[in-house]
Amino acid sequence: MSLLEFRDVSVTYRGADADVPAVRGVSLSLDAGRTLGVAGESGCGKSTLASTVLRLLPESTKVTGEVLLNGEDILTMKWGKLRAVRWSEAAIVFQGALHSLNPVQSIGKQIAEPISLHKTSKNPNKRVGELLEQVGIPASRADAYPHQLSGGQRQRVMIAMALACAPSLIIADEPTTALDVMVQAQVLDLLSGLVRDLDMGMMLISHDLGILGTSCDDLAVMYAGRIVETGPAVEVFDRPEHPYTQALAGAFPRIGDPQARYRPIGLPGDPPYPGDIPTGCSFHPRCPAALTECSSVSVELRDAGPGRRAACIRVGS
Amino acid sequence: MIGARDLSVVFGGRVRAVDGVDLEVDAGEIVALVGESGCGKTTLARTLLGLEKPTGGQVLFEGQPLDYRALKAYRRQVQLVLQDPLGALNPRHTVYDAVAEGLRIHKVPGDEQQLVADALSRAGLRPPERFFLRYPHELSGGQRQRVVIAGALVLQPRVLIADEPVSSLDASVRGEILRLLLSLREELGLTVLVVTHDLGLAWNIADRIAVMYLGRIVEVGPTAEVLSDPQHPYTQALLSVVPDIGHTEQIVLTGEPPDPARIPGGCRFHPRCPVVMEECRSATLPILTVEGVHRAACLRTNP
Repeated sequence: MSLLEFRDVSVTYRGADADVPAVRGVSLSLDAGRTLGVAGESGCGKSTLASTVLRLLPESTKVTGEVLLNGEDILTMKWGKLRAVRWSEAAIVFQGALHSLNPVQSIGKQIAEPISLHKTSKNPNKRVGELLEQVGIPASRADAYPHQLSGGQRQRVMIAMALACAPSLIIADEPTTALDVMVQAQVLDLLSGLVRDLDMGMMLISHDLGILGTSCDDLAVMYAGRIVETGPAVEVFDRPEHPYTQALAGAFPRIGDPQARYRPIGLPGDPPYPGDIPTGCSFHPRCPAALTECSSVSVELRDAGPGRRAACIRVGS
Repeated sequence: MIGARDLSVVFGGRVRAVDGVDLEVDAGEIVALVGESGCGKTTLARTLLGLEKPTGGQVLFEGQPLDYRALKAYRRQVQLVLQDPLGALNPRHTVYDAVAEGLRIHKVPGDEQQLVADALSRAGLRPPERFFLRYPHELSGGQRQRVVIAGALVLQPRVLIADEPVSSLDASVRGEILRLLLSLREELGLTVLVVTHDLGLAWNIADRIAVMYLGRIVEVGPTAEVLSDPQHPYTQALLSVVPDIGHTEQIVLTGEPPDPARIPGGCRFHPRCPVVMEECRSATLPILTVEGVHRAACLRTNP
């Protein structure tokens, strides 16, 4: 049994004028002790997908399919059970730690809050100290306020909070976006170490394919609410099959690659608005390799080598 | 074209944000100024723009010291492109007004509408008339960044100083904006100083790169040489943590960049340096001069 499994999950936001399909039929799974990367740009549905795991979406949102956490469907779970699952089985590390932390409460108190609520430790203060040490902050800093910490330290506090109730699943949504490269490396090291040592599963969300390629086991690339490519992370990053993945992989050049000098790779146009998704393959208006039939034929994920799948008409034909 | 000579900027008497920098950017050149938050790169850029006054040393423009009584004329020549285009644009101004603002401030003669249209299409927003009456929230992130660039281009400057021009943009849009900067250099002969923490960006577009640490440039040279064969341990560490699967080993520096109010003696990098030697604690390293050759401020490379 997988730790986390999405089965044909679709999410539709109710808009004022029309419904907005943000996630359209996603199936993915993650085992304990492994890291699943989800890549994609703003509006592709990756954060919406992650929000289904803790049912954090607005009441009016329509969610279909199944989200199984340790075999139990979160979408049909009773409220009381769901509350027990949040924090203690699955926790989220949000991006933008400055906005997610309470500025007028010490970090120690904030980390202690889920511990006291879920009564997972008899001595919350001692546990807070342990957690801070675990993420590389001296326990003596528990009385500090968020503004007294650097950006990297605040992100560590967010991670400590997520670990507070020893969850089996951690979802990290762009955990390093606002951080410098060196601090980013520190935070990614910390997260991978925790996954390894505590045998947790981690879903890591980012638009940077380089980060996902180097710190994940498996990778799924999303575009306009669908998975367009999946496979072992290193292979997908190194030899992408889908033209969209190729563009994402090229966006952050390999330093030292003479091909990339004075030739930045981008894609003309912008990602589609979820309420106005192109017909056929939703990527075709921006695809540098589009064929005429791409504007009418919608391609499902198909085999693209061992353990790999891609949703492109050119793959495997 | 534009540069700094022994420049320092001290805030409140003790925060040495820029602490002795020599830098020259030649006409038509793209130079990347690279470093982490708090290294002083943004302060250096603001000082080059005349937004901060140096405490010591000089800002040079076309070989002449910057005249602080003629800043307005200077700023027509040297324009800033900010990061975070959503923050840089007034949400209640149309694209047309945002771009025309500079023309109005500088009372530029000529056909305003034509000048705005030209700037927009140079920045890749075509046909420009279609964008005149749009508001920032109606545009995508990439389009907003193009509006910010058009606002700088409309004054026909000779130098652009771009502070993290792509850090808030989506991956696929990033390459398009970098391509735009390259083509502006090609077509208009623009000189560009890009301030960034992104070494990939430097590899993509910069002719030369200057790596800054705690208020000083610690390594400088042609981009291909510096990034293929970094000499300073700080540059080596920065490069090693850029996510890539080919890396042999990451050199993850512990801690955060130290405080510019308490710059360590000797080599300022010594407390975090993985290959520090005894003499690094006391040795005074000279300020790197910029002659287009590859140089590093490290005792191991200049014993």
